[in-house]
Amino acid sequence: MKFLNADFDWKPLALVPALALLALPAVGSPSTWLTLTVAGLAMGMIVFIIASGLTLVFGLMDVLNFGHGVFIALGAFVATTVLASMGSYTTADSLWLNLVALLPAMLVAMAVAGALGWVFERLIIRPVYGMHLKQILITMGGMIIGEEMIKVIWGPGQIALPLPESLRGSFILGDASVEKYRLLAVLVGTAVFAAMVWTLNRTKVGLLVRAGVQDREMVESLGYRIRQLFIGVFVVGSALAGLGGVMWGLYQQTVLPQMGAQVNVLIFIVIIIGGLGSTAGALIGALLVGLMANYTGFLMPKVALFSNIALMVAILLWRPQGVYPVTSR
Amino acid sequence: MNDQSQRGTGFAGPQVAPPQGGDAEGGAGGNLLTLKGVHTHIGAYHILHGVDLAVPANQLTMLLGRNGAGKTTTLRTIMGLWHASQGSVTLDGQDITQRPTPDIARSGVAYVPESMGIFSDLSVRENMLLAARGARSLDDIDTQRLEWIFGLFPAMKKFWLHPAGKLSGGQKQMLAVSRAIVEPRKLLLIDEPSKGLAPAIIQNMIAAFRELKAAKTTILLVEQNFNFARQLGDSVAVMDDGRVVHSGSMAELAADEALQSRLLGLSLKAHQ
Amino acid sequence: MLSRLLSNDLPRSRWLVALLIVLFLGLAFAPFLFPGVKALNVAAKVLIFVALVASFDLLLGYTGIVSFAHTMFFGIGAYGVAIALNAAETPSWAAILVGVFGALVVSLVLSLLIGLFSLRVKAIFFAMITLAVASAFLTLASQLSDFTGGEDGLTFRVPELLSPGFTLTEEPLQTPLGEVDLNGRLITYYLIFLAVTAIFLTILRIVNSPFGRVLQAIRENDFRAEALGYRTVVYRTLSNVLSASFATLAGCLLALWLRYNGPDTSLSFEIMLDILLIVVIGGMGTLYGAFIGSVLFVVAQSYLQDLLRMAGSATEGLPLLPALLTPDRWLLWLGVLFVLSVYYFPTGIVGKLRERASLARLKGEQP
Repeated sequence: MKFLNADFDWKPLALVPALALLALPAVGSPSTWLTLTVAGLAMGMIVFIIASGLTLVFGLMDVLNFGHGVFIALGAFVATTVLASMGSYTTADSLWLNLVALLPAMLVAMAVAGALGWVFERLIIRPVYGMHLKQILITMGGMIIGEEMIKVIWGPGQIALPLPESLRGSFILGDASVEKYRLLAVLVGTAVFAAMVWTLNRTKVGLLVRAGVQDREMVESLGYRIRQLFIGVFVVGSALAGLGGVMWGLYQQTVLPQMGAQVNVLIFIVIIIGGLGSTAGALIGALLVGLMANYTGFLMPKVALFSNIALMVAILLWRPQGVYPVTSR
Repeated sequence: MNDQSQRGTGFAGPQVAPPQGGDAEGGAGGNLLTLKGVHTHIGAYHILHGVDLAVPANQLTMLLGRNGAGKTTTLRTIMGLWHASQGSVTLDGQDITQRPTPDIARSGVAYVPESMGIFSDLSVRENMLLAARGARSLDDIDTQRLEWIFGLFPAMKKFWLHPAGKLSGGQKQMLAVSRAIVEPRKLLLIDEPSKGLAPAIIQNMIAAFRELKAAKTTILLVEQNFNFARQLGDSVAVMDDGRVVHSGSMAELAADEALQSRLLGLSLKAHQ
Repeated sequence: MLSRLLSNDLPRSRWLVALLIVLFLGLAFAPFLFPGVKALNVAAKVLIFVALVASFDLLLGYTGIVSFAHTMFFGIGAYGVAIALNAAETPSWAAILVGVFGALVVSLVLSLLIGLFSLRVKAIFFAMITLAVASAFLTLASQLSDFTGGEDGLTFRVPELLSPGFTLTEEPLQTPLGEVDLNGRLITYYLIFLAVTAIFLTILRIVNSPFGRVLQAIRENDFRAEALGYRTVVYRTLSNVLSASFATLAGCLLALWLRYNGPDTSLSFEIMLDILLIVVIGGMGTLYGAFIGSVLFVVAQSYLQDLLRMAGSATEGLPLLPALLTPDRWLLWLGVLFVLSVYYFPTGIVGKLRERASLARLKGEQP
């Protein structure tokens, strides 16, 4: 990836600390700023987990999945069922026991979302390769069907997704309070990012994905069946969206059937900022969006969503194809 | 050391013996690749109007013709990137007409497109690793072969870890060819390798292809530069308006100025 | 003369002509053919959707631009009238005009900005950006409660001529089909009818003009259009602005009819989906598709929910079916229908009818 090459384009990466530093005088108190910044990074990491799959899918196969949100919602709802069935583990005040409950919830959510992703690719996406307009329409249709099916299975209302005992509350650092769960989210997000970077840079599969994002035809001409690769990436992307859904649900402590559609808009903003097809870009976009949402949520709550759009517009005026545009095919 | 500088940048001479490989027996009549009556449509456009082409094994066949004659389309049709609407493409006795591109590549065909197809964000090393299908990691690539390639194109060794996008035009072209030969292949399809290159670099290319020929690889090379073509080609096929209008040996065409004039609208002298 | 009225864009299929005539007459005489409050509501909704979807078809079907901001302009129109009439001491025609005008100005500015921005971004980006902007607008409308009435929306009164209290005759009209109140609602209905007819014919004129033909050229191949010397950005922006303006007018009509407006009545995502569905089922790039599709869709939506309810209670004992067959899950079936239409019905109803007609003509039969 870009980091490992001779001259690394550091400007977009600098945007993240720049935004954080800009916010400090606006927020005023350093302790509040710290809380908000950690919250922003946590939210950003969760959004990154979800967005990374979508941007790779688009970069690799030129498929725009407007229905990505359905995997988010599905993951979250599956987690509610799994965690509910492990009641005692979540109410216990032991980090170890809580993780024992949380981990299967995450894994099952990922598995189910990944499986649905496979079905989605076969039934909905495959027939419309190369036809952008139809992709937009059909994947949107797919999301509606998915959302309604969630309502059929879990009911139309929201369901609480409480945090396990030991993950509630915050650490107090001086004047600032930093929520435990948010730190966990940052850790998980970083782990996912690290795993992605490792896969993309150190394995042949990752190499194929990076090459395929640039020039699909050439990868085929070199003898690789890129279709299989795509199915794999789509499934992994869906699984990651499921994981992101679980984490988002825990972050909000409730899950709604519409959460997919709600997060969808944020995801799109993130991958537009990052550049369609770029993982690093998605990370930067996600962190910026997370920070922005939290800072404006504190300073001017009414314009929170607009602030992200303004951010996107500003970035596009600077770099019309996103901060790390993937070099054209 | 003095004569090296006269040969231009990047070429150090064959310090390593070229490995044997790509030795194909060919189908009927010693032809590795045969096209019969191939028609190709792209959307509403009818580009190839019945192409008949025979590419003899272990030789370098030049595919000549002016712009728009259908040379690139022919290569792409062979490679399966565009499917022939009629006719047949036979490789080593097997019909590959409707096969998907990855399968054709796996049958031993390497393709160097006009646009080179370099993955700019990947390093030279990663580009080569991808092209070496059999290799899981760099250690799997035949070091002798790699050394041979470095001998042909020292720039590859020099820029090994650099992103391929940072290479110059000529170096990118070298990388594209290096990728095609990193593993032995039956057939190389190469589209205008000399396009836009400085004359010194073109000389390197010619020398490299001569070595490839010596290594018994079958090559189908599209070119517009007749001088380049003449130095390398064993056989030649000339295309016009989506058909092959002449085929024969290169020596024969090179000797017949009238024929050159008629087919290609030029005389060799003018292109010295 | 009829073909001049229709800007020479004839239906080109006998079935289509028949269908269009029947539906048009049905709408023209709806208050008399289908007496009753619900039927009139459905008819008014049909009319408004015709205008809304036709304006969307201009953008999607003819210019090839996917924009999710259409409901935003619809909402701007509705809110424009709502706010003006709410703020006015006595509801007057002047207030309505102010509302409409103000809404059109806001739409013009926004659509210009969005259109010019499309200069810098690819089509996919554009679609996503419009989605984001529309979502933001929806949130804004809910939050600026002082101005827009927030989640609850604004209820207001309309000028006397249009209000239900105003009656032309003392007694309702007795017809073989039932009683018809000759009141302000009827007048409002016909106001909407005339306005929508005018809008539809105008859009038809636009798409059949040289301007419209350039739009279609851009839709087919924008590189080529640019190479031929047409500044595609200008045309796209104009198309965006026109489409937005007509949507805004449709919104104004909606507000006049409902005498209420809130975030859900005009800005909701569900309406955007309805528009997409209608344009796909009716037939993209045909305009008549918008007409037929709107009728079919709105009627179905209003009456099929009852059908779902019946089906749901009929299958009560069975395991999964009741959950699937409730009117609450109308959107599920919509989604399925939508996906199926995009696959199997890409040219829509109008497209299919025209195909059959031209095939028949080729075979020498009557078209």
